[in-house]
Amino acid sequence: MAERERALTPPFGGVFVGRTTVMEPEDVRRAIWRMAHEIIERNHGIEAVVLVGLQTGGVWIASQLARVIGEVSGEDVAVGTLDVAFYRDDIGLRPVLPEAATQIPVDLTGRTVVLVDDVLFTGRTIRAALGALNDYGRARAIQLAVMVDRGHRELPIRPDYVGKNLPTRRDEMVDVSEAGVVIGDMRSR
Amino acid sequence: MNAREDAAVASLHTPRPAAQGSSDDEDRGRGARDPEDLGTDPAIPPPPARSHRHLLSIDDLGPDGIEELLHLTDSFVEVCARPIPKVPALRGKTVVSLFFEDSTRTRLSFETAAKRLSADVMTFSVSSSSVKKGESLRDTVETIEAMGIHAVVVRHSGSGVPWQIAGWLHGPSVINGGDGWHEHPTQALLDCYTVRRERAARGGLLPGRGQRSLEGLRIAVVGDIRHSRVARSDVLAFTALGAHVTLIGPPTLMPPSLAGWPVEVSHDIDSVLPKLDVIYLLRLQRERMQEALLPSLREYTATYGLTRARARRLPEGALIMHPGPVNRGVEIAAEVADLPSSVITHQVTNGVAVRMAVLYLLLGSGVDLAAA
Repeated sequence: MAERERALTPPFGGVFVGRTTVMEPEDVRRAIWRMAHEIIERNHGIEAVVLVGLQTGGVWIASQLARVIGEVSGEDVAVGTLDVAFYRDDIGLRPVLPEAATQIPVDLTGRTVVLVDDVLFTGRTIRAALGALNDYGRARAIQLAVMVDRGHRELPIRPDYVGKNLPTRRDEMVDVSEAGVVIGDMRSR
Repeated sequence: MNAREDAAVASLHTPRPAAQGSSDDEDRGRGARDPEDLGTDPAIPPPPARSHRHLLSIDDLGPDGIEELLHLTDSFVEVCARPIPKVPALRGKTVVSLFFEDSTRTRLSFETAAKRLSADVMTFSVSSSSVKKGESLRDTVETIEAMGIHAVVVRHSGSGVPWQIAGWLHGPSVINGGDGWHEHPTQALLDCYTVRRERAARGGLLPGRGQRSLEGLRIAVVGDIRHSRVARSDVLAFTALGAHVTLIGPPTLMPPSLAGWPVEVSHDIDSVLPKLDVIYLLRLQRERMQEALLPSLREYTATYGLTRARARRLPEGALIMHPGPVNRGVEIAAEVADLPSSVITHQVTNGVAVRMAVLYLLLGSGVDLAAA
């Protein structure tokens, strides 16, 4: 099973050791395809919709969703990236550094924002993202798309679009990439 | 960690790159005002164990630390460009600006940076404080610490004062906002950031993968090197990032010795001009000149000033920089300061983002770049 270096995983990074593959690459592609259609359906088109991928795991999913939405609807959807480091509630509790500067290409006021992330876990990243989005304008609505919802929420947050609901133990790790979704554990180096 | 401490102590004695080795005694920086006295005074405690809790010298960061900080600055430049340029990262933290020397841009820049991070800012101004009643530096600093603050930005005319203060304080971080003739690390960081960003924006050659940000750039620092803490920190930072630095100025305004500095020296600005990527002009610090070092300002301008004619001989795309405040008509012609290749106002703008990065790194990130 794949081992992957995860430098950014709290607290100081480590090596991800995979145990069980729960989604094959094909499954990930199909989930993106389905979620793209759901986003178009729910919003009656994609006019005034902005996809915002969370650094780092949500960025590639957002761009894949945008590609499919473009193919299906024939219209380009705006895509941005968001780094929530400065809005996190665990600043001072663990190392928090942004991965890359945020890029929001349009004014969000009056638009519908679809936040995109790879794994929904405690919900704290999403809370931080909601705070951050507020500083870019008053969106008409904010929706949430995730590839995996693994439970263990600590805040009243729920996703609108889910690739897969995945029951996990709290201490497990879920690794999401185009190569599939794998459950495993973090080993320190 | 001990090597870091030693480096901090060494840089107190000899304001120059620690990497050059500190065994040769003859060049012990007479450019800085008696820094060795500060180091040997038994009443002054050694720098604290975690000296990278502070930003006292460019040396505290190291080349990788500088690169990381420039990368972090990108995020804060984006924050500053938003309709609401404020993030909650340092809520509940208090930053004191402790300026014993006049300053407009550094102080405002730090205070703006702290406020954009949602920190609280206290301003200490010497003229309206108990320093006027004869309170000592140590008592002043300990009084401020007792109020439960998290960081102190210090500017003082005495070289080494931020190290002294860092030794007295137990909790707060100390940031050097300029000490005497010695160092001004945040200015050097914002200069590096400005060069990196402006080169990229103007389609200049970007360093390849694994290369330093300023790899191979030719930078001239012109003017009053001797009295300039900006020059000292800039030389450390520019060379750490791979640039070739040439110091240009009259012999009377050069430090007494440059042994161990990784720089070239020239007294002929015209021969160097056509080969430059960046020309960095320093302010003539007339307030620090204790003797007649220059025949006249007009002669200085004729020999070393960036006149219109000289600016035309700079290569296409070369940047003109100045730390401010500018003496228009002395070190730089008034109209040259307003050319598109002059990035002096960009330096000021980037200064806020760089100082946000420094404050966030020390107070919020939980990351220790010096240990990386």
